Amino acid sequence: MSGATSISYDDVVAWINTFAATIRAQKDYLTALDSAIGDADHGINMDRGMQAAIAKLPGLPARDVGAAFKSVGMTLVSTVGGASGPLYGTFFLQFGTATAGRESIGVDDVNRALDAAIAGIQRLGKAEAGDKTMLDALLPARDALHAAAESGASLEEALARMAEAAEQGMLATTPLVARKGRASYLGERSAGHQDPGATSSYLLLKAAADTWSGSASGEAPG
Amino acid sequence: MKKLINAPESAVDEELAGMVAAHGDLIRVIEPNVVVRVDAPRQGKVGVISGGGSGHEPMHGGYVGMGMLDAACPGAVFTSPVPDQMLAATTAVNGGAGVLHIVKNYTGDIMNFELAAEMARAEGIEVSSVVIADDVAVKDSLYTAGRRGVGGTVLAEKIVGAAAEAGADLATVTALCQKVQDNVRSMGMALTSCTVPAAGKPTFELGEDEMEIGIGIHGEPGRTRMKLATADEITEMLAMPILDDLPFRQGDSVLAFVNGMGGTPLMELYIVFNKLSQILKGRGVSIGRSFVGNWITSLEMAGCSITLLRLDDELTRFWDAPVKTPALRWGI
Repeated sequence: MSGATSISYDDVVAWINTFAATIRAQKDYLTALDSAIGDADHGINMDRGMQAAIAKLPGLPARDVGAAFKSVGMTLVSTVGGASGPLYGTFFLQFGTATAGRESIGVDDVNRALDAAIAGIQRLGKAEAGDKTMLDALLPARDALHAAAESGASLEEALARMAEAAEQGMLATTPLVARKGRASYLGERSAGHQDPGATSSYLLLKAAADTWSGSASGEAPG
Repeated sequence: MKKLINAPESAVDEELAGMVAAHGDLIRVIEPNVVVRVDAPRQGKVGVISGGGSGHEPMHGGYVGMGMLDAACPGAVFTSPVPDQMLAATTAVNGGAGVLHIVKNYTGDIMNFELAAEMARAEGIEVSSVVIADDVAVKDSLYTAGRRGVGGTVLAEKIVGAAAEAGADLATVTALCQKVQDNVRSMGMALTSCTVPAAGKPTFELGEDEMEIGIGIHGEPGRTRMKLATADEITEMLAMPILDDLPFRQGDSVLAFVNGMGGTPLMELYIVFNKLSQILKGRGVSIGRSFVGNWITSLEMAGCSITLLRLDDELTRFWDAPVKTPALRWGI
């Protein structure tokens, strides 16, 4: 869909499917990252949740983008567990609320939805930038998407910049000392490891950029 | 990976089915994976539930029964359960007197229990929550998720369960649980790592001559890694931070709990208890009650934790009260 200005219901479903496939492909990698500073289950849990989420999409009654996002969010809350379940569940539920009743969305909608999703994650997890969490990928990505939209960049260009910023944010978590979640128990020993949550968040936004610009890629992150 | 399982995906389901087959007189399992006391709900009795990742057996499912928990919500291995489970548990044990959630202090557990409590309240059930955070290995500061809930959880479940069985109301049961939390401290260590079935390899690597001090119950690495020491030295390393933290004082009476992480012989736990009793004597702290065994585990990890609870007459009385669960039974 290169050159397009809007994202259809099918594109949204394709994003979710691509993210599920990416999580499956990177399951062991995410779990290995989590072994270093957490409890060795991030890839496993996200894979269980995303597989359950995509199984429900074909049965949804209407071509409502918001309803698709909400279905994913509810399913993740009910199947993932840990902190990732409520946090990723909130991400998709907020995306769904921001796009309720829509058959297609544009870059402004993505901007608004991402704002709402990040606000929801911050309310629940009470983390800030630099705490070595998923927000360290999401916050710079949101800022890059806002800046790109304001500068009049094409949808494809805006999404590419968003994914690029998420990747930089993810990589920048490596030297950080964790202040939230299980990695925080390690104190200084959490430095030197890339955050698994920031990594899956990068994969999520990268999947959006790839799907919505028609250039899917299975490249390993980090 | 060498484990006595059929498949990682079905391990928890098959474990629960086995528990029902063995202890069907005490527990039943309802959807979605909730262990419930067979006679729940009991009208007029406060319901007490807990939950957490699987892999810590007998906690929590083994503690469901008369005088302890009314329901337990087992998540995937080392993963907090989902809100649907806590909501189903809360509904199943609500006898009209409200339900207490005993929550171990982990980011995921807190979030999922909070979501479930909100949903239960929306259905008109009175819910209160107490967070257990007794692990002195973690600094309780703005820079961490706060202390982990470990061995003190087992003691809280026993004591609070006895009070609920005796007919205490929700406010009383909640305050009692908070009292346990305020008077209990723990710390643990590992000699070996453990393997999450779905991950297939050890969560961390420890050399033959190394140990991890300050380990959590999920194989999450601890405070420091160091050369292996003797049981006496290790007991000192765990007991001193606990004693200094509360602090426990001369003249105090404690419940002394030496816990195995799953792969430690009782012989070694008693060697630790022996040294612990000497340390306590040296500090003028008397052992009012003792508890030794594998009660909150981390799969097949070798290692131990020490928990001390400062006792008074009320806590002692509820600790001694009858209990009949798959894992713990006395006084009946």
